This record gives sequence, structure tokens and C-alpha cells, in this order.
Amino acid sequence: MRDIAEGLFTDEVSPRLIGGRDRESGRIVFPCPPGDRFEAWPLSREGTLWSFTIQRYRPKTPPYAGPDAFRPWPVGYVELPGETIVEARLTNVDFDAIHIGMPLELTMIALDPNADESVRIHAFQPKGFAA
Amino acid sequence: MSGDVCIVGIGIHPFGRTDGVSGLDQGVNAVRHALGDAGIEWGDVQFAYGGSDSAGNPDTMVERLGLTGVQFINVRNGCAAGGSSLFSTQMAIKSGEFEIGMAVGFDKHPRGAFNALPSEYNLPDWYGEAGYMITTQFFANKITRYMHEHGISRTTLGRVAEKAFRNAVHAPHAWRREPVSLEDILNGAMVSDPYSKYMFCSPAEGGVALILASEKKARELGKPLIRLKAAAMRTRPPASFEVFAPCIDIGGGKATATRIASADAFRMAGIGPEDIAVAQLQDTEAGAEVMHMAENGFCADGEQEAWLAEGRTEIGGALPVNTDGGCLACGEPIGASGLRQVYENVVQLRGDGGGRQVPGNPKTAYTHVYGAPGVSAVTILER
Repeated sequence: MRDIAEGLFTDEVSPRLIGGRDRESGRIVFPCPPGDRFEAWPLSREGTLWSFTIQRYRPKTPPYAGPDAFRPWPVGYVELPGETIVEARLTNVDFDAIHIGMPLELTMIALDPNADESVRIHAFQPKGFAA
Repeated sequence: MSGDVCIVGIGIHPFGRTDGVSGLDQGVNAVRHALGDAGIEWGDVQFAYGGSDSAGNPDTMVERLGLTGVQFINVRNGCAAGGSSLFSTQMAIKSGEFEIGMAVGFDKHPRGAFNALPSEYNLPDWYGEAGYMITTQFFANKITRYMHEHGISRTTLGRVAEKAFRNAVHAPHAWRREPVSLEDILNGAMVSDPYSKYMFCSPAEGGVALILASEKKARELGKPLIRLKAAAMRTRPPASFEVFAPCIDIGGGKATATRIASADAFRMAGIGPEDIAVAQLQDTEAGAEVMHMAENGFCADGEQEAWLAEGRTEIGGALPVNTDGGCLACGEPIGASGLRQVYENVVQLRGDGGGRQVPGNPKTAYTHVYGAPGVSAVTILER
């Protein structure tokens, strides 16, 4: 699968999100802004859920590039210790089981699970889901 | 200029959906009502600031109102457009250059959620393509965190919406004027958890015009003196949590554009939250009103739970909030929304609120708007 954008994920078996670290203040953000002020900074793959909601209607196109078929998805903010709190979809979890503070780990999912050639986006799943 | 800048004329075109009438013409309609209310002619208006997000250039309304050669500046400042127009109008009069001018706002949005594009907000395209460019997602995430930290229940969110629709019954300019029961609100179709469809406002249509004048001019016009004691507009501080945020600083989300706009407005007016008799607080969703009660200094975080249960923000309560039903009942035409709040406060301070009039002869009134990408505008009026 092709990544939804270049410079967003590291090229590893288990990719990491590429954040940016302010060369002066050390502040870490996501994604890495263009320009010289921030250096690319691969972020931790694990964190805890900071907040969440369920997206229950299909976003308008444009800008949304996902499939016409819509199923609600959870989306939240994940605190990566010592780094930043990133916005991300949640996956492989029952909506009723989602709670603030739950341990999560990064994974990759298809923007359109039914397409042969979908682009790849990031999401977090319960820690140890694959194990 | 000596004395305060005063609001001497108000006009509104009803909010909601008016098929067949452009946003601009809804603005023109509001201007004509405001001129009539002030008892002046269009030719008396020395300058204007106008805001519209998606209904065309406000200055083109001179074609409808008369080609008087009036100075007319367009303002595009997101949800703070109205507040920014009002601030600018006030400053022009304070400077002594002008005696009487107008702030006008109108809009007409398509049905459904706002559909913002990443490039308009300095964000990468993938952010929109992957389905993050959605205001409701942010609002829901913000309240979920707030409820977790401060013990706010979903019933409290429902009570806010219930109050909005109940108040709007008595507001002729409101859109949704039928009461909705707390049970129906809580059990309504979910949009973004914890919010049901009744807990979100909708993009809408409408227009508002306000005529401002120097105190000297206001006295000449013989109008009750509604003084604009403060108008503040601020952008976001570091580590805030705003609409369309791909990340938040750890420990962030506490400081907001609202907190600094509010603090500045109270400083300018020389009074505090405890002195305010009626408040219109941005309620694009039920939780916004809850959080904004605290961000504007009216209560501590978490106290809203008791405030709503005890009815303290009802029209007869200690601090009536959103007396015309706010955005929840009026909808949100971006260019007009902030000015609607000020319109409603002038109505309340004049004692013209009818079935929604705040009792006890209110003398101070407060408005607050908030929007993407982290802007806030506050006004304080006194009679």
C-alpha cells in the first residue's frame, strides 16, 4: 500500500510517525512542519488515550478521500510520553471498550479496506492486540 | 473622544433557512432595521465594517443601500468576524475620526457540516483526506477530555440543549423554536459521541447590523445609552487545544484564546464576572457552553454540573446564559453569529426581551465567540 503522504511514516517493518523537534526549544510536534526550524523526529509507537469520540457520519468530499461507503470510526488523541499528544484514528477495538488512559500502540490501516489499491493511514490499537 | 461608544441601533434578519433570499440581502434587511431602530438614514452612516464567510463581499451591499461613497471595509476572521467588525467600528469612533458607523454580518451556508479545506488552515492535504478536517471531531474530543477531568455528566450537556430550545420559543429571530425534552435530546441520533444531533448547532443563514455612535451622538439621537465597555479579540496562546489540531502539547489544553480575550475584556471594562447580569456564550455544541462558562471566568471547572442542575443559567437564574437559545437554537451563520449575541444583549438591556426577558432590570451583559483556528472575541455592554 502507498502511504497517504510522504514524510509521515518511517520506512520500517513497524513504522513510526515522523514528528518534528524544534531545534531551539526541543518542543515536539506532529506532523513535522516544513522548513529548517524543526528536525524530523520519529515518535514513540506506544502511548495512552487522552481523549476520543466516534465519527458517525461520512466527512464531506473534498477534502475527505475515503470510500463512499461509510462505517463509523473512533478517533482520538494519544499521549506519547515525553513527546506530544497526536490525533489518530483508533482501530481493532469495540467502541464500548474505549476509555481514557488505555494503553495503545501504532498500526497501519487502509483508508479504504475494500479497495485493491488503498492508501495507508495510521491508527492506534489496544496495546498487544496483535500478540 | 470623550465618553463611551454606544450602540444606538440594532437590526436582525431571522436566522435559519430563508430560501430565495441571498445572504447579502439578509444583511441588507438587517441594516434597514438597524437604521430604523436608530432613527437615521443610510446617508448618515459615516463608515462600515462587514463580515461574511461564504455569502459574498459585504461592501457590495452599497448597491442596495445607496451609493453614498461611504467607507466600507470587509472583515474575514472566521468565527470572530462579527467581534472583529464590532471592535474595529468601536476603534474608529474612539479615535475621534468618526461619530457614527455600522458593524454588519451575514452568511448563508450550505446544509451539513462545515467543510473546511486543509490549505485554508496551513495544514497538509492528508489531514483532510484521512477524515480529520471536521470541527465536530474536535468539539467532541475536547468535551470528552473535559468531562473526564472535571466530572461533567452527559445529562448536563442535555440540559444545556434543553434550555436553548426552551429559551428560543420566545426569540422571534431564532431558528428552532420548539421545546425538545431532555430525554429526546439524550436519546437523539449520535453525531460525535457524546453529542447527539440536538447537542450540535447547524450552519445556517441570517444577518445582523449594529449602529454604533459616540456618546455625544447617541445623546443627540435620544437613544437609551447602551455602552460598549469592552470589545476584545484574541488569537490562541501556546499549548492550547484548538479546532483542527493534529497534535497538542503534553499538559496542554488549559490555556485558550477565550481565557485571554475574556480576561482582557474584564480588565478594559473594569468589572469582573460576578458583575455580569446576562451572558451569551459560544454554544456551537452543548459542551462548549459548559466549558466556556469556566473559560470566561463565571465558575470554576466542574461547577457547571451543579449550576445546570440548579438552573442557575436559566433566564430567572443567577446568570442567565444564551437567552435567545444561542447557536444551538439559532444556528450559525458565521459572519452574523457574534453580532447576534450583541443584538440579544441590547434587547435584554433595553428590557425588550418579552417572554425571554431577564428579570431584575439587567445593567451588564457579556458576549463570547470562539472558532477555528483558535480565535475568540468578547464584548461587555453596560446600560
